[in-house]
Amino acid sequence: MSARCLTRRSLRPVALLAPPRPHTASAVIGRFCSSAQTQRVKAAKRSTFRPAAGSTHDWIGPPNPLSNLRPIVYHVAEDESELEGRLRRLRQETEDWNHNFWTQQNITFTKEKDAFIISHLKAEGLTVRDEQGRRRSLGCEDMATFYKSFLDTNRTRHVNYNKEWYRRNFTITLLMARVALSDMWRTVTRKKNSASTSS
Amino acid sequence: MYKTPCSRLSGLVGASVKQKLVQNVLRCNQTARGLIQLHRRDPSDRPTYQHLSFLKRQYVAKNNSELLQRAVPKHVPVLTIVDERDDSVEMRVERIPTIDPVVTGPAPQSEAVARTTQPEVGPAAAAQKDVASRSTAAISHETPHIQVESDEAREARLDRQWKQLKVNVADLPDIYARLAKIKLTALVVTTAAAGYAMAPVPFDPLIFFVATLGTGLASCCANSINQYFEVPFDSNMNRTKNRPLVRGQISPLHAVSFALACGVPGVALLTLAVNPLTGFLGALNIVLYTCCYTPLKRLSITNTWVGAVVGAIPPIMGWTAAAGCLEPGALLLGGFLYSWQFPHFNALSWNLREDYSRGGYRMMSVTHPGMCRRVALRHSLALGGLAALAPALGVTTWTFPVVSLPINLYISLLAFRFYRQGDRGSARKLFFCSLWHLPMLLLLALTCKKPRADQAADAAPPPAAASPLALQS
Repeated sequence: MSARCLTRRSLRPVALLAPPRPHTASAVIGRFCSSAQTQRVKAAKRSTFRPAAGSTHDWIGPPNPLSNLRPIVYHVAEDESELEGRLRRLRQETEDWNHNFWTQQNITFTKEKDAFIISHLKAEGLTVRDEQGRRRSLGCEDMATFYKSFLDTNRTRHVNYNKEWYRRNFTITLLMARVALSDMWRTVTRKKNSASTSS
Repeated sequence: MYKTPCSRLSGLVGASVKQKLVQNVLRCNQTARGLIQLHRRDPSDRPTYQHLSFLKRQYVAKNNSELLQRAVPKHVPVLTIVDERDDSVEMRVERIPTIDPVVTGPAPQSEAVARTTQPEVGPAAAAQKDVASRSTAAISHETPHIQVESDEAREARLDRQWKQLKVNVADLPDIYARLAKIKLTALVVTTAAAGYAMAPVPFDPLIFFVATLGTGLASCCANSINQYFEVPFDSNMNRTKNRPLVRGQISPLHAVSFALACGVPGVALLTLAVNPLTGFLGALNIVLYTCCYTPLKRLSITNTWVGAVVGAIPPIMGWTAAAGCLEPGALLLGGFLYSWQFPHFNALSWNLREDYSRGGYRMMSVTHPGMCRRVALRHSLALGGLAALAPALGVTTWTFPVVSLPINLYISLLAFRFYRQGDRGSARKLFFCSLWHLPMLLLLALTCKKPRADQAADAAPPPAAASPLALQS
């Protein structure tokens, strides 16, 4: 416990009272700095919720604190068709891909923002915390430089993410439409068969 | 349990520091209670930024979904680390009260320290022990109220927030309203209705109704597709994270079906029941909004100009629904909406810069802040200029520029202040002004509309020609 305190303190000298169970990205960064550990954090942060056995629906959970996306636990039907299986796997894969992207994005943003603030304050010769122990914040114009540079450095990543997201979204929706239609067809044919066998 | 570094210090120094810490705890307790009972006004309880941020948290938490209500427990002393990101409510919501370790940590230690120091320094330690025991008593009295959430409790709470992905039919009207951004749709329909009313033709209630209905349906379609495209981005922005698709209340397929169910009949209604030009404009607007504006938001700042065109089209649609053709008057009304869009949106986006940057949106306020303010000012002034143009084009009488001068001056003043100061306060003022400025302007234009008799006298052939026609019929 004390070793963890020390690590936390050495990484984040500005946090006088770091919360014991960090929920925010910034606190998580303070806790784990290496990328391998970040991976563990990402994995550890995924929920282990499992719905009740008799459930027939997908379940959606609260937003993940790192990626702000809501995880979904998909229901696997016994008579799942090939199409439905494909849809489910694609949705799960897209969800994971999305979660990774946004976790990375949010963590990078917070880290770079803190670094920017600290370097800016150092350049002006100010301490990170003022006399009352509150964190100093920079003015709008100063922060605007950071926001602009963040967007510019990540422009290609964002463009690629956009393209990929639109593609995946379309594919998932089309698959959903096909699954819905095939379900309807199955119901209709089953009704017809049962009607013909009973009559 | 988090150990303060001071707990390792032993001896008198440690004891006195511990005492200070305990006193700090008492003060913090008091401050926390002061936060909750804000009528207490001791100097030590003067409102600080923490108070205000707590209030804001409470206010926002009360108005948002049940997910955030958890964040305002009555007795937890909340002393958040001041966060310069005012808008990151969720981050603040998730933040654990930092006072906890200090409260629960030193309490047993102070006793231990006091006891160990007692043999060394009698009276001083006795005094400290009194303080410590008193404070411990105070703290132990308080402890039942302080909720230090264990991991299991947190897991249980998060587990309770899982919901079935099942459509609740009773909620559907509300879900559809939010999907279609009903308030924005209402504003769009109002501008289209104003366009219809300003056209120099006899008022036909049926066509008016059909045109506004068609415009409303087209707007619902465009808004739904917009939300369908933007699910992961909306989840990451505080303003939009309670949208139906983000919360999983309906599936993406459902949203697209709803959009088609609104858009297709809407455009068909406009094309068949009103006229093809209006139908074309409606379809064009849907395409512009969903396929140009929405993707452009993440690619380039030109999205704002495209968005202004999208906003300008509904009054033009209203006018063409009435008159049947594109006239300069229609373009003038469109111009009003186009120019209005800039002070409105630039002011709104000024306070959301952090969220936009993190979400990867390229907005003028983030990438070109100087241009953002200049453009807002320029277009606020242009509104006054367009008002002066209205009588020249025969849309209104000369009274309109005079009567609308006060509100145009006011919004220009606010835009000028925003241009000079460029802070959150001036941006917010400008945004709220723009919300009432537009309906007011349209209303004034309607009241100053040029009477049709005048228009007939201007444009019609001399009255002598009318009488042979009358004699013949």
